[in-house]
Amino acid sequence: MDHLDKLENNSIYIIREAYNQFQKVAALWSIGKDSTTLLHLIRKAFLGEVPFPVVHIDTGYKFKEIYDFRDEYTKKWNLKLIVHRNEEAIRCGMGPHKSKLECCTQLKTNALKDAINKYGFRALYLGIRRDEHGIRAKERVFSPRDEDFEWDYKNQPPELWDQYKSKAKEEEHLRVHPLLGWTEVDIWRYIKKEEIPVVSLYFAKNGKRFRSIGCEPCVDPIDSDADTLDKMIRELEETDISERSGRSQDKESDYMMQKLRALGYM
Amino acid sequence: MNDKNPLNFVLVGHIDHGKSTLIGRLFYDTNSLPPDKIAELKKASEERMDGEMEFAFIMDHLREEREQGITIDTAHTFFHTDKREYVIIDAPGHIEFVKNMLTGASQAEAALLIVDAEEGVGEQTKRHANLVSMLGLEQIIVVINKMDIVNYEETHFNILKDKVHEFLNSINLDPDYYIPISALKGDNVAKHSEKMKWYKGMTVLESLDSLENDVSLENKGLIFPIQDVYKISGKRIAVGRIESGVLRTGMKVKILPGTGETSVKSIEKFNESTDEAVAGESIGIITNDPVFLERGNVLCVEEKELTIDDKISSSLIWLSKEAFNKDEKIGFRLATQETKANITEIRERVDSSSLEVLEEKASSINNLEIGEVEIKTKKPLAFTKFVDVKEMGRFVLVRGNDVVAGGIIL
Repeated sequence: MDHLDKLENNSIYIIREAYNQFQKVAALWSIGKDSTTLLHLIRKAFLGEVPFPVVHIDTGYKFKEIYDFRDEYTKKWNLKLIVHRNEEAIRCGMGPHKSKLECCTQLKTNALKDAINKYGFRALYLGIRRDEHGIRAKERVFSPRDEDFEWDYKNQPPELWDQYKSKAKEEEHLRVHPLLGWTEVDIWRYIKKEEIPVVSLYFAKNGKRFRSIGCEPCVDPIDSDADTLDKMIRELEETDISERSGRSQDKESDYMMQKLRALGYM
Repeated sequence: MNDKNPLNFVLVGHIDHGKSTLIGRLFYDTNSLPPDKIAELKKASEERMDGEMEFAFIMDHLREEREQGITIDTAHTFFHTDKREYVIIDAPGHIEFVKNMLTGASQAEAALLIVDAEEGVGEQTKRHANLVSMLGLEQIIVVINKMDIVNYEETHFNILKDKVHEFLNSINLDPDYYIPISALKGDNVAKHSEKMKWYKGMTVLESLDSLENDVSLENKGLIFPIQDVYKISGKRIAVGRIESGVLRTGMKVKILPGTGETSVKSIEKFNESTDEAVAGESIGIITNDPVFLERGNVLCVEEKELTIDDKISSSLIWLSKEAFNKDEKIGFRLATQETKANITEIRERVDSSSLEVLEEKASSINNLEIGEVEIKTKKPLAFTKFVDVKEMGRFVLVRGNDVVAGGIIL
């Protein structure tokens, strides 16, 4: 069994474990490469079906390509899609021009809180990876959030031998992270192997491509000629620039990510 | 790049013996740090110190960790040498965070134990080594750090090495290497030290490159614990991960615990058709007879692969501040089997650092103590000794929603 096979099999185990424990679950789909890979693994775990809702937290600031991709594959993969927006904040003109921390909190974190309360999800699958950011390197596979959505990173439950924290208390929800042990280049190699479709923004056009996608005003493209998966994988094997360097929320302050995550950010 | 699988190793040792600094040094010397990371580190270090690069910042990301200069939680980072990729699991050395250390170490294939040349073996050095031994890790590298503080003296190294060796041997650990290093100055980490010409052995990187990945359990007998049963398009599909051996279509299998038998009609994977699946694979199966399978059943070919019993002898480590009391009924989970259990006898209560027996015939086990215990489960379970198939010889105890102990079957 090679490395990608191992990663795939372990992720499927985790996905099935969480579904067995919680049933009332949903997958967060940002339409990016990681959560799209996660959806592919979920389809594999349930032999082609996705037996629970897929939630897109929409800020209204996403790229057009993202919305198009979402609608196309929602149909193709027969997904029960829930699009959730913090309409009130959007109506009041919330945007990155105000404050990035505030905007992420209102349009992503609070929108997610709302969605969880509205639908009563007990656990959420997220496509985060440990190599993305130092704070994420500290995450558990099953990671509890309390009723205020806070991540008690100083007191995380032990996780031994694929035995994860069981049923959450009523007031909690759990974040389930099946891709935690994957790296960025693992994801791309797997996307190539499995022919998983991804948003076109990742491929270079006119010398630029996005390495990480999200809200249009808050991500910058990188200089790149990688217009195929092979070129992209080669580029990643050689680069020494970190993945999220194009993301403004990470640049603003060392601890912004910690603050965001402690508050319940994805 | 190479085709080898990445190797997971855990870095353990007493607080302040230099774990996070060694990781920083490994990254720095292998050019594994992106420029923006170096810039971030420099900036963060300048804000906090006198401009000196603080390698520990690479792993210590939480604000509290940087301010207090200690690692609180385990973290995983990635780097590679010309030979292969590595996942470093940094485990906290502070006593408060032993459960985090154990979480990290339980995912490792090898351990790197760091000992301060000046301070020698500390309380957590012992505790971590004991847990590494309990977890069954066999590949061990010992580094004696801060050699710069003891003037890179050979005799100092040899005396400490002998002491450490004697201790490790006493807990059945037999390290592959002892390496004198200075993580801060870089001696014998990626480059052979100019200051310790007397040391002819490997550098830390060379020793890592010589380690082996865990071997697959394909050659053992089949053990396939059922994780769940799905009804998909009218078919009942039992899913799970094969823990050892090979499963083939047509195979006759026994359903444990119990006397049930069936045979495998097909192996189910999405968009894939196969007649064979091996240890480590997450699969589904359809059986030839309409037998009732459920989570917790364990399929095997030869019954002798597993012991079926409701009595289990074990060694466990208690990981909760709320002590265990003997009359408490507690959750018991082994692979996908789950039941309630009583601890009928606590033969010994042992200090996990000194391994001193604190009490025989005890009635409680406190935080971070090791219990040598007899367990009685509510229903019979299928298991092996830990030394036979690790995956089927280890369990956790659960109180409420939380894992409060990890144990191995003797």
